[in-house]
Amino acid sequence: MRYSGLKVIKEALTGHKGWRPTWRDPEPKNSYDVVIIGGGGHGLATAYYLAKNHGLTNVAVIEKGWIGGGNVGRNTTIIRSNYLLDGNEPFYELSLKLWEGLEQDFNYNAMVSQRGILNLVHTDAQRDAARRRGNAMILNGSDAELLDVEGVRAMYPFLNFSNARFPIKGGLLHRRGGTVRHDAVAWGYARGADLRGVDIIQNCEVTGFRIENGKCLGVETSKGFIGANKVASCVAGSSSRVMEKAGMRLPIESHVLQAFVSEGLKPVLDGVVTFGAGHFYVSQSDKGGLVFGGDLDMYNSYAQRGNLPVVEDVMEGGMALMPMLGRVRMLRSWGGIMDMSMDGSPFIDKTHIDGLYFNGGWCYGGFKATPASGWCYAHLLATDTPHKVAAAYRLDRFRRGCMIDEKGQGAQPNLH
Amino acid sequence: MIINHPILGPRDSQEFTYLGDASLIDRPDWQAEDAADQFHDYLYLRDNPAGEHRELWFHEQGDRSWLVVTRNTVTHEILTVELARDVARARGRSK
Repeated sequence: MRYSGLKVIKEALTGHKGWRPTWRDPEPKNSYDVVIIGGGGHGLATAYYLAKNHGLTNVAVIEKGWIGGGNVGRNTTIIRSNYLLDGNEPFYELSLKLWEGLEQDFNYNAMVSQRGILNLVHTDAQRDAARRRGNAMILNGSDAELLDVEGVRAMYPFLNFSNARFPIKGGLLHRRGGTVRHDAVAWGYARGADLRGVDIIQNCEVTGFRIENGKCLGVETSKGFIGANKVASCVAGSSSRVMEKAGMRLPIESHVLQAFVSEGLKPVLDGVVTFGAGHFYVSQSDKGGLVFGGDLDMYNSYAQRGNLPVVEDVMEGGMALMPMLGRVRMLRSWGGIMDMSMDGSPFIDKTHIDGLYFNGGWCYGGFKATPASGWCYAHLLATDTPHKVAAAYRLDRFRRGCMIDEKGQGAQPNLH
Repeated sequence: MIINHPILGPRDSQEFTYLGDASLIDRPDWQAEDAADQFHDYLYLRDNPAGEHRELWFHEQGDRSWLVVTRNTVTHEILTVELARDVARARGRSK
């Protein structure tokens, strides 16, 4: 499906009867060069970059539900490049640079909005940590600005600056961070991949892998066997369930993270504000709803819904930061399932099984990583060598003692 | 979620903190030949099942006992609750 201004006018005048589906709905072929399991943001981005960067178009994306129905449609749409460690920051900086050119690249309106992200600080120690992080970001080509309390007050005068427990003392501002229309990311990548010949096969669940003599020959699915030279798992949230079918145990636990949207309000908040000390972050969507969230529910879960104690905790965080929220009604809440890894960082790697590749462990940072994850996974699949900015995302890093633990929490997944 | 504590009866899960898979009770033998491999698997790898999951909960704001809770990770239904001490002893720990 291609679009033009002329087409929009013509369809407006003729009752919108000429629009066709944005991507094809093909039956699977017997075999492909690459089969990607999972039609979420990362899987579709991988297919897109395999076709665009590496000329590999004999590719299928297989999805058990509908594309974009998982975590790419269940997040709070934030993009940022504000990590500390060398294993992470170059990767997220590549991702943010790709976001900046994404709409022109795949010619689809993803509403990328670099409205800025402000991480609040409340103590001298937090300010020191923010300064260190900001310097690490700048060294890796990102941007960071340390604000004092007056700087924060000029941006968001309505915050509660004199909270007794967490008075606001300043913040780390990342101006290039922002938000994106998340569904459009899936649709844009799907359209771009489909136009280049990738088969997107929905309602096709993987039921097993065909592995002989240590080599993966393809996948068993609800639509029959599909052969592949390379099989690429990309199902964060369900990674353990899928890879278990290949006999693998992963350094991952699945946890539920809730998010919330309020009723539509007039514009009040033009950026993203995070209140880490109070487990709360918030932005305002273009429709006017405040989009916010907090901490994990903390226990292993595959249910795409959480429990009330966390709802209460998030609302309390919101009230502590923005007392004016007290009269806002909450409209919707939902939960997404996170691959929480043992050090809080992801994986983009080959497995010990020939021809089987793994991408997952994104914790609650998967959405912002979408373009770079696809870019680097496509690089790995096409060349069999890791992309240089994703070279640390190896499955054996715990065995080697090379964890990428941004928060320094150790092997306790729900604390990352 | 309500956790039916074996000693104290039904308690709100908010009184507890969560650790993780109950396999953490089975600490490997540090003197084994392959202790490094065993500790890697023990510390970092998880079954992470969708369905019944045996897991450790700590009654932090209660009697400070450790419990082994068997819970369904798809429905959040709690099936059985045992004292972790009893589970560990049944497995031959802390003799």
